Amino acid sequence: MTNPVQAPALVELKAVNKHYGPLHVLQDINLQVTKGEVVVVIGPSGSGKSTLCRTINRLETIDDGSITIEGEELPKEGKALAALRADVGMVFQSFNLFAHKTILENVTLGPIKVKGVSKADAEKQALALLERVGVGHQAAKLPAQLSGGQQQRVAIARALAMKPKVMLFDEPTSALDPEMINEVLDVMVELAREGMTMVVVTHEMGFARKAADRVVFMADGQIVEEATPDEFFTNPQSSRAKDFLSKILTNG
Amino acid sequence: MNVIIDNSDLFLTGFKNTGILFAISAFFALILGTVVAGMRVSPAPAMRAAGTFYVNVVRNTPLTLILAFFALGYPKLDLPEISFMNAAIIGLSLYTATYVSEAIRSGINTVSVGQSEAARAIGLPFMQTLTLIVLPQAFRSVVPPLFSVFIALLKNTTVAAGFSVLEAGAIRAYLSERGEPLLPGLLWVALIFVVLVLGILTPLQRYLEKKWRVAR
Ligand SMILES: Nc1ncnc2c1ncn2[C@@H]1O[C@H](COP(=O)(O)OP(=O)(O)OP(=O)(O)O)[C@@H](O)[C@H]1O
Ligand SMILES: [Mg+2]
Repeated sequence: MTNPVQAPALVELKAVNKHYGPLHVLQDINLQVTKGEVVVVIGPSGSGKSTLCRTINRLETIDDGSITIEGEELPKEGKALAALRADVGMVFQSFNLFAHKTILENVTLGPIKVKGVSKADAEKQALALLERVGVGHQAAKLPAQLSGGQQQRVAIARALAMKPKVMLFDEPTSALDPEMINEVLDVMVELAREGMTMVVVTHEMGFARKAADRVVFMADGQIVEEATPDEFFTNPQSSRAKDFLSKILTNG
Repeated sequence: MNVIIDNSDLFLTGFKNTGILFAISAFFALILGTVVAGMRVSPAPAMRAAGTFYVNVVRNTPLTLILAFFALGYPKLDLPEISFMNAAIIGLSLYTATYVSEAIRSGINTVSVGQSEAARAIGLPFMQTLTLIVLPQAFRSVVPPLFSVFIALLKNTTVAAGFSVLEAGAIRAYLSERGEPLLPGLLWVALIFVVLVLGILTPLQRYLEKKWRVAR
C-alpha cells in the first residue's frame, strides 16, 4: 500500500461485512482515511460503492466489523448517531435538496436546528458559503428553480455549513448534464485543496487525477486494488481493474 | 320552506351541534392521525406495532359500535362522567384519526427517501426529520384524500343522533314528534349538508391545494 498510516485514521473501517439477503454486498472491507486525505472509490455498477459510502454515516447498517471516526465507534442510533452525522457531510447523486425550503433555508436548517446557531449567524455563514460555490444570488429561490449543477453546489454548501470533519460524495456528478459537471467538480477540487477529508465515489478520472491521494477500486463487494491515481490509471494490477478501465476509457 | 322556518330552532341547534362535533373531532383526528402516522414510520418497532394495532382495530370497527361504547359502555366504567356530546367527539376523533393516519402515511410515501436521508445526513434526529422535512411535504399531496376523510366525518356526525346528541341527523326524529311532514324536512337536512360540503370544505380544499402546490 502506498500510504502507510502513521496518524490515527479519521475514518477507519475494519473487517466490515454487509448482506442484502443472500447478496454479500460488502465483503471484509478494510479502509482507512487519514485527515486531509481524498479517497476516490471507483468500480463497476453494483460493486457496493454507494453502500460503502453510506455505511460511513450509518445510513446503512453493517452486519459485523467496525467503523470508527476519530477512533470512536459509530453510535447505533438516537441522539448520539444524529450528532455524529452532523460531523459527516454527505452529498448525494440526486442532490436531495429540501424541496419545500428555499436555497438559503436548505443551508441554514442544519446549523440552526442541530447546532443551535442563531438565525442571523446561520444566514450570514450560509450566504458566504453560497457565494463560495457560486450561487449566492439564488438564495431566495426554491431548489426546483435551479439547474442540476447549481443544486448540487447548494447541496455541497449545505453539507459544509455543518463544518464536517469528513465529506462523503456518492457520484455527485452522474445525474448532471455534461456541461454542468465541471462546475461541481471545480468546487470539489477547491475543497480538496483546502484540506477537506473526502471520500468520493466517482468515475470522473479528471477529478481523481487532479485531487485524489488514493484510488480504491471495488468489484463484487470487495476492495480489489488501492493505489495512487497515477499508478491506478496507468498501471492497474488486477484483471478486474484492467477490464473496468478499458471499458470506461473507450466509453469516454 | 315552511318546515325550516317553523322549526328554525331545531335546525339551528341541530346544525350548530353538527358543526361543533365536526370541527372539534376534525381537529383532534388531524392531530392524533398525524401522530399515529408518525408512529407507523418510526424506527422503533414498538411504536410501529402500536400504531398499526390501533389503526387496524379501530378502523375495522363500525363507527356505531365505537360510539355505543363511549355513550353506553363507558358510563358503566368507574371513570369520570362525560356528556353524550363529548362521548361522540371522542368516538368520532378516534375513528376518524385512523383514516387521517392512513391518508398521511400515503402522503409520507410520496416524499422521496432522499429527502429524509438528506435530513438525517445533516444530523436531524427522527422527530425533526419527520416534522421539518417529511410531513410538510407529505401534507401537500395529502390534501385531497384528507378532505374525503373530513367529508366522511361530517356525514358520520349524524350517527351521534342515535346516542341522544341533538345534531342534524336527529332533526328528522324531532320533526316527526312535532307532526311535521318528513320528506321536506329530510330534503332540507340533505341540502344543508351539500351546501356545507360544497360551500365550505371544497373551497377550503381548493385553497390549500393551490397554496401548497408542490414545486418540482
Ligand atoms: N436496499 C437494498 N436492498 C437490496 N439490495 C440492494 C439494496 N441497495 C443496494 N442493493 C444491491 O447491492 C449491490 C450494491 O449496490 P450499490 O448501490 O452499493 O452499488 P454501486 O457500486 O453504488 O453501484 P452504482 O454504480 O450502480 O451506483 C447491488 O447489487 C444492489 O442491487
Ligand atoms: Mg451507487
